[in-house]
Amino acid sequence: MKIATVKFSIILFALSLLLKRQAWRHPAFRDRLKERNFVAQFLARDEETGRWFAFRDGKFSSGAGRHANPDIKLMFKDAALGAKLLTPPINWLNQINAQKDFKLGVDGPEDLTNWFAQTLMMAQTVGWKFGIKMPDGMTRYCNMTNGGPVFIYVKDGKIVRMTPIEFDETDAGPWTIEARGLKFTPPRKTTLAPHGQNAKSIVYSPDRLLYPMKRVDFDPNGKINPQNRGKSGYVRISWNEALDLVANQIKQLKRTYGPGVMAVSHGSHHTWGNIGYYLSALYRFRNAVGHTQVHHNPDSWEGWYWGAAHHWGYTLRVGQCETYGTVEDCLQNCEMIVFWAADPESTSGSYGAQEGTVRRQWLKNPKLGIKLVHIDPYYNASAQFLPGKWFAPRPTTSPALAMAIAYVWIKEGLYDKEYVASHTVGFDTWKAYLLGEEDGIPKTPEWQEAETGVPAKDVRALAREWGRKRVYLAPGGWGNGHGGACRNQTGIQWARTMVCLIAMQGLGKPGVNMGNLQWGSPLDFNFYFPGYADGGMSGDLENTSMPVELYQRMPQLPTMNTPFQKIPRLSMPEAIIDGKAEGYPWIGKSIEHQFAKFSYPAPGHAPVKMLYKYGGSMIATMNNTHRHVKMYQSPNLEFVVNQSIWFEGEAKFADVILPACTNFERPDISEWAGLGGYGHHGQQQLNHRVIIFQAPAIAPMGESKSDYWIFNEISKRLGLANYFSEGVNEIDWVKRLFDASDLPERISWKEFIRKGYYVVPAEKEKLRAPVSFRWFWENRKKDVPEPQPLPSDYAGEYLKGLQTQSGKLEFECNSLKRFKDPERPPIVKYEPSWEGPHSGALFRKYPLQLLTPHSKYSYHTQGDGKDSFLLNIEDHRVNVGGWYYLVLRLNAEDAKALGVKKHDLVKVYNDRGAVICAALPTQRLPRGVCHGYESSAIYAPMGEPGKSVDRGGVLNLLTPHKTQTKTTHATAGANSLVQVERWDGKTEYISEAFAESKERGLPSGLRLEDRVPAQ
Amino acid sequence: MKKWNMIIDVAECTNCNLCTLAAMDEYVGNDFPGYAAPMPKHGHKWINILQKERGQVPMMDIAYVPTMCNHCDNAPCIKAAKNGAIAKRDDGIVLIDPEKAKGQKHLVEACPYGHIWWNEELQIPQAWPFDAHLLDQGWDKTRGDQSCPTGAMKTVKLEDEEMARLAREQGFEVMKAELGAKPRVYYKNLWRYSTCFIGGSVSAKLDGAVDCVEGASVRLSKDGKMVAETTTDNYGDFKFDKLAEGSGRYSVEITAKGRAKKVLTAELGASINLGEIQL
Repeated sequence: MKIATVKFSIILFALSLLLKRQAWRHPAFRDRLKERNFVAQFLARDEETGRWFAFRDGKFSSGAGRHANPDIKLMFKDAALGAKLLTPPINWLNQINAQKDFKLGVDGPEDLTNWFAQTLMMAQTVGWKFGIKMPDGMTRYCNMTNGGPVFIYVKDGKIVRMTPIEFDETDAGPWTIEARGLKFTPPRKTTLAPHGQNAKSIVYSPDRLLYPMKRVDFDPNGKINPQNRGKSGYVRISWNEALDLVANQIKQLKRTYGPGVMAVSHGSHHTWGNIGYYLSALYRFRNAVGHTQVHHNPDSWEGWYWGAAHHWGYTLRVGQCETYGTVEDCLQNCEMIVFWAADPESTSGSYGAQEGTVRRQWLKNPKLGIKLVHIDPYYNASAQFLPGKWFAPRPTTSPALAMAIAYVWIKEGLYDKEYVASHTVGFDTWKAYLLGEEDGIPKTPEWQEAETGVPAKDVRALAREWGRKRVYLAPGGWGNGHGGACRNQTGIQWARTMVCLIAMQGLGKPGVNMGNLQWGSPLDFNFYFPGYADGGMSGDLENTSMPVELYQRMPQLPTMNTPFQKIPRLSMPEAIIDGKAEGYPWIGKSIEHQFAKFSYPAPGHAPVKMLYKYGGSMIATMNNTHRHVKMYQSPNLEFVVNQSIWFEGEAKFADVILPACTNFERPDISEWAGLGGYGHHGQQQLNHRVIIFQAPAIAPMGESKSDYWIFNEISKRLGLANYFSEGVNEIDWVKRLFDASDLPERISWKEFIRKGYYVVPAEKEKLRAPVSFRWFWENRKKDVPEPQPLPSDYAGEYLKGLQTQSGKLEFECNSLKRFKDPERPPIVKYEPSWEGPHSGALFRKYPLQLLTPHSKYSYHTQGDGKDSFLLNIEDHRVNVGGWYYLVLRLNAEDAKALGVKKHDLVKVYNDRGAVICAALPTQRLPRGVCHGYESSAIYAPMGEPGKSVDRGGVLNLLTPHKTQTKTTHATAGANSLVQVERWDGKTEYISEAFAESKERGLPSGLRLEDRVPAQ
Repeated sequence: MKKWNMIIDVAECTNCNLCTLAAMDEYVGNDFPGYAAPMPKHGHKWINILQKERGQVPMMDIAYVPTMCNHCDNAPCIKAAKNGAIAKRDDGIVLIDPEKAKGQKHLVEACPYGHIWWNEELQIPQAWPFDAHLLDQGWDKTRGDQSCPTGAMKTVKLEDEEMARLAREQGFEVMKAELGAKPRVYYKNLWRYSTCFIGGSVSAKLDGAVDCVEGASVRLSKDGKMVAETTTDNYGDFKFDKLAEGSGRYSVEITAKGRAKKVLTAELGASINLGEIQL
């Protein structure tokens, strides 16, 4: 016998001993072995030698050589390969390569081969010990919420408490910034967002889905009754029935109609983790099965991607700029910060908990001498917390305000002429427009006053102060954009004007930059840990940022979706109901990718007949969402499966419901605010980089299962389980990701899963990342640690200049000269909103502008509803007569005129629908403006879904779904025109426009295409 | 002996509600025998944030004040309790014994701060127990303090004399001091909640355009006596703060170089933004 053959035999023998030993030591493994009865045969194909493993009624036996009648076979090309691949530690690249080269094969039923492979893996991990035993008998685990990391204290299988993490003496210390004779150091602990501290209540929510269900009047072999979706009840079914049903539907519909028949739709967020995340397990699954992609619009970046990117590039940050080093530069050099539609105290950046709050609190120190102003129609949480004058422009009019500021600067010489000459192009064209040389209208402070309602004198005073100081401009929650005004009808204009303003003041000079201390912390960005957008186990090199680094570090089988058909998400109902839709893509590779229009249906593809819906958030988060109710009730959808944690939103419109568990009930691994991809180095929002082993703290509730388990079980029924899982368990992927990161250089796996977290030491002062745009101002090569723009996007020398054609900040955008779009001219011009004070009859009918920003308390639908603790927060929901109504804020004078008092139930309505809220008269809003948080998790129509008033608080029933411009896929729905009145108690609501479109079956809402002149 | 106190800085509370959520996380569904029976999921606010808006668009502010059981040294609830159902510990913490307090609904009315809550299901009065079960295990702060991102809520263990000195030196206040209940929860910057302001914006016409007037002198008088003086900022804004609510009629006198003096009167109930005042 050759040495390799001997080695192979010894390893297989050792493997059999391991199985026996683990079954003896661990009850969980003993139970596992009871699950199947069969014989597995390991085989080296050349020598025809091997070893068999037999499982019968929980008993395990094994023997050398070949079994007479094995049920499954695992075959290596030769004994040497077998020995190599089975010798620990497992080299995943060798495993993957062996499969790709067809040197490693399996034969037999997918269920058995996958079970066997996963059992072998489990034999090596079953003894791993998670968590720390506390003196009081509890076990302390760690996990990560969307609102920050937590310690979880567990007793008798139940979560007792969740707290932020206070670092111990062995954890790394914090950084210190010295500025103007002061020292600033963050505390040695983590913070939480409200929805993070709320987590226990959503784990134990009475709305948890605890077992698979089928709609009572859905018969896959008979009548499907789509018209009853959202109305009919459900009956409990077994997992086997549910999984068989879903797998059979996938197969049958693909056979019947062709590729692309199944659309997969997920929300923009998920419960946290790098393995169980939608960009990971779901993407691997959906690519393996083949699907029509529901192509997302760039949610929070709208105006930046479709607008600002043309002025400065940054498409790989979706039009938002670099932010490195800005906390230090701001504290040291800046004299004033302009918060513009920026409320980081409400939005917590993105997953940033209250970390930015800690830093912004430093701004209250008068010794720093940094002045603040807040521009927002709503006196937002950041304006409430921080000092500074409040400017309240009418919603959607901020571009006019910005232009008037630029006008004053031009007239009074208060901008950096030298910088404009050397670092920008096209200024004269914009200047001519501002001075009225193009349209005869000088964009004076008085001109803007008619639009914005902000006194001209205040704008002049602001422009003068700004023009004389070193100023940080902070638009949006991140301070470099994000959310805020970029999601309303003039969002593209607003983002464009923001770039133009900072360009006039010399972006990159000390103290002149973008930010509000939300991003730009001086952390170590050379320590590698992947972000969630890096794709985890997805194998998806096209729709995640896996190619950047993770693919080489974590070898895995690639996955590719074969259908190229896409549905633009904002037009999903039209795609299903009308059978056609058009959109523009969100692809960050270059500025020009956004111009490539796509159409549904794609040539030669099947129409979508099946929807695999992940979660239930769309009715709450999309716009004019009675359309979605109609979509679900359309006969064009033959099958809808919803995989959800909670019975809410669209989960109630599915034919089959698959109950998923939360991240507290499955293993995962992640870094806090580790976004990756379009949010490269999102950890800049934090005061400490914290990486978490997300231990399964409790067993899954009821019969709920991890998303990974559900996908693997469906995959088994499609013969895809070994491809989907690569034969390993969820915890093995977690370990593979640990090994792929820089963590093993700092902490052992054993210690990591025991302690649960690792704090990456702060960067040495000398090695801190340089300040963003300083290189640009100083005409040096780009030196901040971001791998973008892509090399081919430089017009001149690599790393010199911006992504724009000129390499400079462009007031007149070359990309928009090449792509002709009347709604996005090369220079930014003011065009009033098509749903606002200029809307004529519509404005007279619905005279209030409704702002619908994100909640300060819930994270989209996460944390809201579910009978959670958040319901008790009076600024979120109010209990009136036993029901928790969403709060609608309206100006106190307006409320008086409407006869509305505090916590009166009011009907907020327009032609698209009606929502019942609890009123809060306030001075936080100017007259004519009202405000309520969007993303209600509760959709509670009081009569027929889609045709009655909602008391859940889904304000997005009322918001427009029309895109910002015809050639963008940009939501404009952050504000709308409504009327408010005391609720008369009626539950039916059908407006004329509603009734008009009833026969067509689609409440198309407003058809206001043409703007009418101002009154 | 060192005793527990709470110091709350009203100026640093962001209304994030992390303290109220941490209290719910700690007490809903958890029983800590000897300390507290479970808190109902809804209806009780053992930590409750009060708020007050001052002023009018666009000159306004909002104060947030976390409130809770004050763990009074002269607690009316202890006196009202039968069978010694409420007791003060040596470390200052006041605890309601869930067993002994059963059925004593009158205790809800006994608290002048509205911070004893009736648990209908268990038929017991309940209050925030200062997380005593955690402090007894060695914690050095309460859950609310731990969760607070801004340090607006601080747990301190001090000798009574030390605490009194600190309160005096830093101007801490307690709620309804006049009742003599001697709360152990102290407030910093409570004026943000309890007082009011008079403000306005001064402007003037120059070369056909209205502009903000910076550096105008503004005097606030009451009963003919000047109370305070300030100058306007670059937005023409002025603000006189920390005035007593309902303190009556004030006059505001504005003088600026080259402009006629202007005098306005204001009847102070709550805060007033006089709006634009054109000279």
